[in-house]
Amino acid sequence: MRRFLPLLLCLAPAVAGADAGWAPLPGGEFRSVLRYEDTGGVVRVAPFELQRRPVTNAEYLAFVKRHPQWQRGKAPTVFAEPRYLEKWAGPLETGPQSRPAQPVVQVSWFAAQAYCEAQGARLPTWSEWEYAAAADATRADARSDPAWRERILAWYSVPSGAPLPDVGRTPADVHGVQDLHGLVWEWVEDHSAMLVSGDNRNQGDPDQMRFCGAGALSMDDRENYAVLMRVAMLSALEGRDTTRNLGFRCARSPQAPKGKQR
Amino acid sequence: MIPLSWRLLAVLLLALPFTGQAADALPGDSVYLLDDAFSDQAGKPFKLADRRGRPQLVAMFYTSCRYICPLIVDSAKGVEHALSPAERARLGVLLVSLDPARDDTAALASVARKRKLDPARWTLARTDAGAVRRVAALLGVRYRALADGEFNHTSALVLLDAEGRVLARTERLGPVPDPAFLAAVKAALATGAPPR
Repeated sequence: MRRFLPLLLCLAPAVAGADAGWAPLPGGEFRSVLRYEDTGGVVRVAPFELQRRPVTNAEYLAFVKRHPQWQRGKAPTVFAEPRYLEKWAGPLETGPQSRPAQPVVQVSWFAAQAYCEAQGARLPTWSEWEYAAAADATRADARSDPAWRERILAWYSVPSGAPLPDVGRTPADVHGVQDLHGLVWEWVEDHSAMLVSGDNRNQGDPDQMRFCGAGALSMDDRENYAVLMRVAMLSALEGRDTTRNLGFRCARSPQAPKGKQR
Repeated sequence: MIPLSWRLLAVLLLALPFTGQAADALPGDSVYLLDDAFSDQAGKPFKLADRRGRPQLVAMFYTSCRYICPLIVDSAKGVEHALSPAERARLGVLLVSLDPARDDTAALASVARKRKLDPARWTLARTDAGAVRRVAALLGVRYRALADGEFNHTSALVLLDAEGRVLARTERLGPVPDPAFLAAVKAALATGAPPR
């Protein structure tokens, strides 16, 4: 019976006029786990829309059919490494190992960007993703709740060798968004802005000369391991990299806003 | 047996300057496959693929940067100074702004003038914010806009071959070039256009 509540919540924004696949998020001031020196960790997230679910194999297949330059074998290696869509049966065939409703994985940042652009959208920024991922079924920011943290951490302890579930199997959050935790890692537009990559730390002592302007970011909120793991992984990736657990969803500006603000 | 005239025709066709990408496609690992629009310090539009034909030194910077960015220009100049005049003439330098909101054509032109950057070899370029992120990804440059308008960024000089493939990169900046990087530059200039 618990499943019903999120389902109902998920219906409300759809009735309000947003496309079925998109959830409107109000945004606002948000405390990031990344404590940037210049902002003290508080980021301002403007209202935006986020795809309710990660992009699926079926949706990505439709995209590469319309945009052949992104088919496996045609996408240049400078934009997508050789493992791009490796598990698909063929360039235009997802095959038995990749069900249509599973999230698409083994896509590079460049490919994910191109997909979103083709939908008139973009990848979410890290701040947008982190803000969205702070929600649970009833709260926009559930992060201080130890139960929330434990639930999320439980997923990270599941071995990653098992086949991925289909999208849409986890309960919708208060915004009507699903699968931000518990399914795949997700690309963000500015993953390379996190500046905590291994090459920064491997220098021995921090090399100030590598940075223009003062300050680098440091991580706050050490108990939020789940999100910190995302940061560590995303910041270590190059734009052409792909992994078997890394997918994406798109974001966009609010569509047809109602004239209530003024 | 194919008649000689046909073979001659085929040779002639191959020798024609390429008119479309199918005729002379870039290699799949070329940075020049990025199709975004750029403009230079004179406001002239260009695409990265227009840089084809000679090796390039590429870096990212922004004009209001006080600390490291002048050092990036110094570093590229340092490489140039270590080359013979003939070598220098075969190397292009491309600096792409991280800050398209403020680095307009006039700002780029001002830096080119103040730093006495010869437009025959040096291009200071701007593009839109999305393309900046893509160029940075291709070059392995990481950056973040700060609240005060400055940027945090890693600084690298990247050497591209005549086809836009990354040959070498260095994060050792300064007027005295990184010896290994300089050797790569000299090697690239010695071989000219590598085989496709």
